[in-house]
Amino acid sequence: MNIDQILGLGTGFVFGFLLQKGRVLRFEKQVSAMLLQDMTILKFMLSAIAVGMVGIAALSSAGLITLSHKAMNVGGVVVGGALFGVGWAVMGYCPGTAVGALGEGRWHALFAIAGMLTGAALYAELYPLLKDSVLSWADYGKIGLPGTLGASSWVVIGVFLVAVAFLFRWFEKKGL
Amino acid sequence: MARRHGDGGWSPYLAGALVGVLAIISAYATTAWMEKTHYLGASTTFVRAAGILEKQIDETHVEQNAYFAKTKVRVDWQFMMVVGIFFGALVASRLDGSFRHEWVPPIWRDRFGPSAAKRAVGAFVGGVVAMFGARMASGCPSGHGLSGMMQLSMSAFVALAMFFGVGVVVASLIYRRK
Repeated sequence: MNIDQILGLGTGFVFGFLLQKGRVLRFEKQVSAMLLQDMTILKFMLSAIAVGMVGIAALSSAGLITLSHKAMNVGGVVVGGALFGVGWAVMGYCPGTAVGALGEGRWHALFAIAGMLTGAALYAELYPLLKDSVLSWADYGKIGLPGTLGASSWVVIGVFLVAVAFLFRWFEKKGL
Repeated sequence: MARRHGDGGWSPYLAGALVGVLAIISAYATTAWMEKTHYLGASTTFVRAAGILEKQIDETHVEQNAYFAKTKVRVDWQFMMVVGIFFGALVASRLDGSFRHEWVPPIWRDRFGPSAAKRAVGAFVGGVVAMFGARMASGCPSGHGLSGMMQLSMSAFVALAMFFGVGVVVASLIYRRK
């Protein structure tokens, strides 16, 4: 293994450990969130985002890392995002959590993984077709929210953190 | 707040915040050692894995495919990260006794019965649709949901809203009994 692979394996190990400890790998947790009955995965994700965005912004403004936005391709993100939502509800896993769920013995995740490999292969076959249709509708490129709003990253982060704090308080009040 | 689940699980706030710390360290470490900042993500690995598998059957077909060429079929940082997720979850669940053999999850059983075959078909079909969507959107709840949101990417806000919004509608159609 080269350094890239070792670094990846170590990072993934810690990521998988934390996903498992947060109990977010489970079908039950994912579907219960979509049924708006148990917000564990949202608490987990938003906590990760809240902490991460502060560090990422700090490192990026210090020039120590570079940001890598994914393109705001309207057809891709909106139609693809909707398709993902449909599949996510049925599968009860997302790509990363399916692999983790397999690690904690949820064997049906194997079929989810097989399905996702098939979906990836199918996408590769249909890519030329999609590139000239849905993916060519409108592409705003690799843009960030602060640039689009004309606001500083720290202002956007501040607003986001306050909103998340209120949301967490509401989750706890409602026992979600 | 650390231990309210009583089964060895951690508070989702704590575990999530630690993932935030991991994402920061990882961004820094990959920049330092790999000369390019890498962010957590998972769905591209499925394209690479599919390419590697297809290569065993028809190598030239994979080489000529534009999407595989663009994605570069190889075992890279993210590929090994996804492998690491498996082992991390395995070790964590073995250590605290939460490892469970499961073929049909409870919510699914309540709605569709105890058939493991039915659940397998559901998981497979859901997987096909979800991955197709994730590749169209260029990311999943890791790449868009965590990494994109942390960077305040425009696409991440839209993608996460679509993932979750459509997921809520479809889940209530499928699992909620009238």
